[in-house]
Amino acid sequence: MAETKHIDEPTHHEEHIVSPGLYMIIGSLLLICTAITVGASYIDLPGDLNAVVALGIACFKATIVVLFFMHVKYSSRLTKLTVAAGFFTFIVLIMMTMTDYASRAWGRW
Amino acid sequence: MDSHTVAAQTAETAHVDHEHPPYLRHHFVNVEQQRETATFGMWLFLLTEIMFFGGLFCAYLIYRNWYYPAFVAGSHQLSIFLGTLNTAVLIASSFTMAMAVHSSEVRSRKALITWLLATIFLGCVFLGVKADEYHEKWEKHHVPGLNFSTADFTHPSKDYKDDKLAPDMAEKTQVYFSLYFAMTGMHALHMIIGVSLLTILVIRAWGGAYVNGHVAPIENFGLYWHFVDIVWIFLFPLLYLISRHQ
Repeated sequence: MAETKHIDEPTHHEEHIVSPGLYMIIGSLLLICTAITVGASYIDLPGDLNAVVALGIACFKATIVVLFFMHVKYSSRLTKLTVAAGFFTFIVLIMMTMTDYASRAWGRW
Repeated sequence: MDSHTVAAQTAETAHVDHEHPPYLRHHFVNVEQQRETATFGMWLFLLTEIMFFGGLFCAYLIYRNWYYPAFVAGSHQLSIFLGTLNTAVLIASSFTMAMAVHSSEVRSRKALITWLLATIFLGCVFLGVKADEYHEKWEKHHVPGLNFSTADFTHPSKDYKDDKLAPDMAEKTQVYFSLYFAMTGMHALHMIIGVSLLTILVIRAWGGAYVNGHVAPIENFGLYWHFVDIVWIFLFPLLYLISRHQ
């Protein structure tokens, strides 16, 4: 059998078992953020700030789920690149669709 | 060795020349490569899922901008308590799933089975609450295409008197509820598939699988489960929390 890959290889990652304690911290953080999101929705913020706050907190929650629950922080460079590529493509989807509508058909409904 | 000699090997004689764990498939060089490949494949699948849900989110973004009053009125018809409860349930299930992966990594059969069962239980709680919410929508005539009535929006009861809409905007609440059922329904379908796969995993774990170093199936199912949780993390504020202060 071939040996374990060299540490610089993009598909290599150090065997790292995340501790249950860290999982509990992340889980608690997620619950706290949920409470903050619900609380913030009852406060009248100027302009579009309510949506920005809600989505901002949701993005933070998603980030810590991806990094810690899904182990991406401890994964190989290949995995990290794959996740980043997915995020990029999703942004392209949203951005291109929204600019298409915003520049042409906005208000004509 | 010619092909006949290779084919004539038995299970006992075949692996004398190359010792390896029984779960290592022969088209992989070693366990690390197999594990990395499986994770890569699962992430590629999740990327397709991101784009799939992304399309629905995009439609939601545009229609919310176009028909904002209708979306506000529609959102007020949902129960914040049940939505928050479901969010907490899914976060807890993500924690139990992460603990199941941990149990597999430290090769503890009893812990693995316990955490997998806990995840199944929480998933079923989520689905039960969702079913109750759907039933309430049916009773209140808020299901587009089935029994939809705009009466709750053109002539709201005193609890919702701030949600009075003109008739043409009241019709647009159908757009909100269509998106509600499409997005939460697709999410619930993913939950059902997840719970079914979990059942298979826990049965195999009961038989002794996944605690001998073969972590990949539990790990990669965990990726799927966390992804479904992330979708809900975005669905909840977008559907339930549109301007609760108004």
